Amino acid sequence: MTTWPILSVTTFLPLVGALIVYLSRGDDEAAKSNSRWIALWTTLITFAVSVLLVMRFDPSNPDFQFVEKANWLATGITYHMGVDGISLPLVILTTAIMPFCIIASWKAITNRVREYMMAFLILETLMIGTFSALDLVLFYLFFEGGLIPMFLIIGVWGGPRRVYASFKFFLYTLLGSVLMLLAIMALYWNGGTTDIPTLMHTAVPRSLQTWAWLAFFASFAVKMPMWPVHTWLPDAHVEAPTAGSVVLAAILLKMGGYGFLRFSLPMFPLASHDFAPLVFTMSAIAIIYTSLVALMQEDMKKLIAYSSVAHMGFVTMGIFAGTMQGVAGGVFQMISHGIVSGALFLCVGVVYDRMHTREIAAYGGLVNRMPLYALTFMVFTMANVGLPGTSGFVGEFMTLLGTFKVSVPTAFFATFGVILSACYALWLYRKVVFGALVKPSLASMKDLTLRECVTLFPLIALTILFGVYPKPVLDMSAASVQQLVNNYNTAVTAVKAAALLQ
Amino acid sequence: MVQAIVFLPLLGAILAGLIALAGAHARNPSGDEVEHHDDHGHGDAHAAAAYDSHGHDDHAHDDHGHGPVEPAAAGSRGAELITTAFLFVSAALSWMTLVDVGFNGHDARIQLLPWIFSGELEVWWTLRVDTLTAVMLVVVTTVSSLVHLYSIGYMDEDPNRPRFFGYLSLFTFAMLMLVTADNLVQMFFGWEGVGLASYLLIGFWYQKPSANAAAIKAFVVNRVGDFGFALGIFSIFYLTSSTDFETIFHAAPGLTGKTIDFLGWHADALTLTCLLLFMGAMGKSAQFLLHTWLPDAMEGPTPVSALIHAATMVTAGVFMVARLSPLFELAPNAQAVVMFFGATTAFFAATIGLVQNDIKRIVAYSTCSQLGYMFVAMGAGAYSVGMFHLFTHAFFKALLFLGSGSVIYAMHHEQDIRNMGGLWKKIPYTFAVMTVGTLALTGFPLFAGYFSKDAIIEAAYASHNPFSTYAYLMTIVAAGLTSFYSWRLVFKTFFGEPHDQEHYEAAHESPIWMLIPIGVLAVGSVLAGFPFKELFTGPHGVEEFFRESVKMNPHILEDMEHMPHLLGWLPFVMMVGGFLVSYTFYIRKPYLPVELANTQPMLYKFLLNKWYFDELYDLIFVRPAKWIGYQLWKKGDGFIIDGLGPDGISARVLDITRNVVKIQTGYLYHYAFAMLIGAAGLITWFMFGFGGQ
Repeated sequence: MTTWPILSVTTFLPLVGALIVYLSRGDDEAAKSNSRWIALWTTLITFAVSVLLVMRFDPSNPDFQFVEKANWLATGITYHMGVDGISLPLVILTTAIMPFCIIASWKAITNRVREYMMAFLILETLMIGTFSALDLVLFYLFFEGGLIPMFLIIGVWGGPRRVYASFKFFLYTLLGSVLMLLAIMALYWNGGTTDIPTLMHTAVPRSLQTWAWLAFFASFAVKMPMWPVHTWLPDAHVEAPTAGSVVLAAILLKMGGYGFLRFSLPMFPLASHDFAPLVFTMSAIAIIYTSLVALMQEDMKKLIAYSSVAHMGFVTMGIFAGTMQGVAGGVFQMISHGIVSGALFLCVGVVYDRMHTREIAAYGGLVNRMPLYALTFMVFTMANVGLPGTSGFVGEFMTLLGTFKVSVPTAFFATFGVILSACYALWLYRKVVFGALVKPSLASMKDLTLRECVTLFPLIALTILFGVYPKPVLDMSAASVQQLVNNYNTAVTAVKAAALLQ
Repeated sequence: MVQAIVFLPLLGAILAGLIALAGAHARNPSGDEVEHHDDHGHGDAHAAAAYDSHGHDDHAHDDHGHGPVEPAAAGSRGAELITTAFLFVSAALSWMTLVDVGFNGHDARIQLLPWIFSGELEVWWTLRVDTLTAVMLVVVTTVSSLVHLYSIGYMDEDPNRPRFFGYLSLFTFAMLMLVTADNLVQMFFGWEGVGLASYLLIGFWYQKPSANAAAIKAFVVNRVGDFGFALGIFSIFYLTSSTDFETIFHAAPGLTGKTIDFLGWHADALTLTCLLLFMGAMGKSAQFLLHTWLPDAMEGPTPVSALIHAATMVTAGVFMVARLSPLFELAPNAQAVVMFFGATTAFFAATIGLVQNDIKRIVAYSTCSQLGYMFVAMGAGAYSVGMFHLFTHAFFKALLFLGSGSVIYAMHHEQDIRNMGGLWKKIPYTFAVMTVGTLALTGFPLFAGYFSKDAIIEAAYASHNPFSTYAYLMTIVAAGLTSFYSWRLVFKTFFGEPHDQEHYEAAHESPIWMLIPIGVLAVGSVLAGFPFKELFTGPHGVEEFFRESVKMNPHILEDMEHMPHLLGWLPFVMMVGGFLVSYTFYIRKPYLPVELANTQPMLYKFLLNKWYFDELYDLIFVRPAKWIGYQLWKKGDGFIIDGLGPDGISARVLDITRNVVKIQTGYLYHYAFAMLIGAAGLITWFMFGFGGQ
């Protein structure tokens, strides 16, 4: 066993980094550069530590590992951390994406660099904490705490409508989380503890299940975001700085999916089963609706934001299918989407840094001047479309496969997303990259710099690696997902059997 | 050996891609910012150059040589030679494999790498070679290697040659993965992979708006087919818990009578599954209703049309049905649909081919029509016969395309046959091979197409499919139409008076790089027929050659032999008839077709506009989708969701605040009155509420 609290170290290292940034005062160029380097090294070291987690992780064990427990607040509320096969991939995703965010902000952010870096580092702590907390109160703190740095990142370093966007973001997510807080209290009164592993094995009365499920759902559905509470996302993405968009798309959205997997399915299996048709309907609508909307966008980031909503529809659909392929596909799709959508926002950032506009009509024919960029963008566009051989395909395919077993109509309608995603993604690519370069403003565009290559090429490698050989991720989560699916199906069948006996 | 066949093209693609990328990067420097401080003249010069090349693009019939004139990337010749050499090695190995597998019976199954593993879903990267695959390996690598060689000559003016060869090899790799697949998911990988390569190659001249549009159209229409393919895979997994062919085929007989419920409709599981999978085949093979992308795909360079849109990729649908023959044999209703669509396409595409004027589009519609023939054979359960036509067609259609390319090259990128004429004196070699191709296509005795096409018509006649009579009639009529438009193409291009004197004078035979491949294909168009006849259509030959790789309808091959002798001559009669009409129209009395078009303007317009399918789809799919998208965005998201949600709430909060402000009037008696009412209400509640207890 580990002798040092490796999980807590991973979680709080970024906070230490933020503290160091805070201590290094000054406002001149040197200080700015210092805080950039400190932030970068912190995220890199955090990533290195998290790699240790992977190396020591036992994928055959479905239970929580690296568990740490300490007394904290009142009875039943403890400092309890741990990861299993569902949360570990998300932790790694977080630590892996953060260095890219720092590098992507290297030149784009010039005012209040110190505060910016601190916000990102604090955000990283909160995100890792969310995925590894095993106590409801602790989870709630991390989960809601993440709102604040993100709110600041959009509100301070965002675009012209940043105030509207940040308030919309805040309003939506806060509304959901208030309901979740009530549900957490209800669970505490019911079980006498807020310990997640204990609660997962505590039977919750049917009536409470329904209400608690709905309350949790309100919060996670907003985070996901599911149709029809998705409208904050396009605005938030458009106004956020590049790195903010990347974190938002790659990691923050995954908290919703993680919540479904950690709370809704294991704690309220009956309610999950009852509400599955609702989730299916909302997912299928999300996929078709937002894909159609994406087709008509004039802003690059908005288009990608809408496509994110559609892709998250596959995740919710797969999770609530409650089948092995569906749930495992959901987990995989979250990882894949984290990589691909993050990379797409980085791609938008590349041209935004040069031209300071995200309007699709302002571009065209970039391939003539930016061949490396064209290649990079093509890979991620194809991953977004779900082309086999890229990671995007595996997730989509598995979730649809898993859903088909449970609900043929849902799978049928969701598969329309396959056609529509090709329409909007290729249309975007054609408008931005292909064509003759006729706009004089673009005539002296330059290709990717070394720094940009450093951020994008590893992501290309990951996208193709996981498309051809997704086994590392699938194996990591397989045991935990299997246990989750088994417990869920046992609970559901037990109730059905009881209903038949009566 | 199989690994080498499949992965050599991938290696070639990667190397050529790296060369292309290095070259492109060398010409376009990296940089963070736009150089605004640079002298403006520099930027303007660039813009002007771009405008120039844009204007140049507007020659709609211009086939290649776009882009600003720039030197070819360093290492272009290297990229060409590497990819071409790899392909020739691969082709040689493929022929050896065909002998080894087809005659010696050494089927192979090589597991490479685990792919998607989750619960009972186990998908491997596997190379599977049986006779069916071996035939496809030979077709793909042979045509591909010849097209590579041809492209060295054809693309010699293009600065982006390494990229072109990279794409070609990438396509070949994806196609080989498709045909060597041992499970449906890997087949889907190859399926979409060739779609990607096709998209990239159609849009190879990315400065040309029409090429970009055609590329997207090809990808999206194929995706509509893939929608069915994907659902078919899901449904098979639902029924058999596997995607491996062996497991599926073993489980298939037990599936008859099972149903799948879809919104209250109990569909027969096997029929539904086969139809969904066939939908994928329709998209890839450009069958009626999903055919619209194929003619537009001619925007790509001509070698691409020969390789992808004639010989290999578009036949993937046919291959897929043959591969899944154990399923289709159990679903006669699905077979009926296959035959119906095949026969309809064979006729429909041929009618459009009659009036087209673009040399490549005529050949494209001809491809579409011939693919219909293949599906007729599939529907009849005569899978080996369909494969025979696929095999022969690959040679003579690739020949016709590459020959057209040679004509286009000779005419300096002129594609309209109305502007040609009399070329046989200028380019006799090309004329000779085009004639061979035409003879093979129209089914002239002893040429390759004669054996395979007549066999399909016989199969249509002999089958017990509900649409067999329909298919027989359609294929017979289409045979006549094929003969007509093929000879029309030859007559208008090579005979008569030259219409464009300037181009005519400058016309010249193509370089040797291009002449060798078309010569080889011309030989193939003769030899691919008779020597292979017994293997593909003889009852014993098929049994020994194909063995387990396809599951034939047990009676079809014998029934074909019992066809009345006179009916057997009908295709030949139709072929001669088509030739004579064409000869009359375009050599003897050239005024006749014009008169005919004038007396039948409706019919002529209807055919010329391709039965108005593009307009129809634009009306019923494209526009509504855009309209709905716009409405959902502005009304759905903007007005309803945001209006009732965040914006609405904040507006209501503001309203309330405003009203609260109004209440605060500042008059003492207003407050006093409100207090009084409140006190009264409170007292009442206490009296009746608590008093009641």
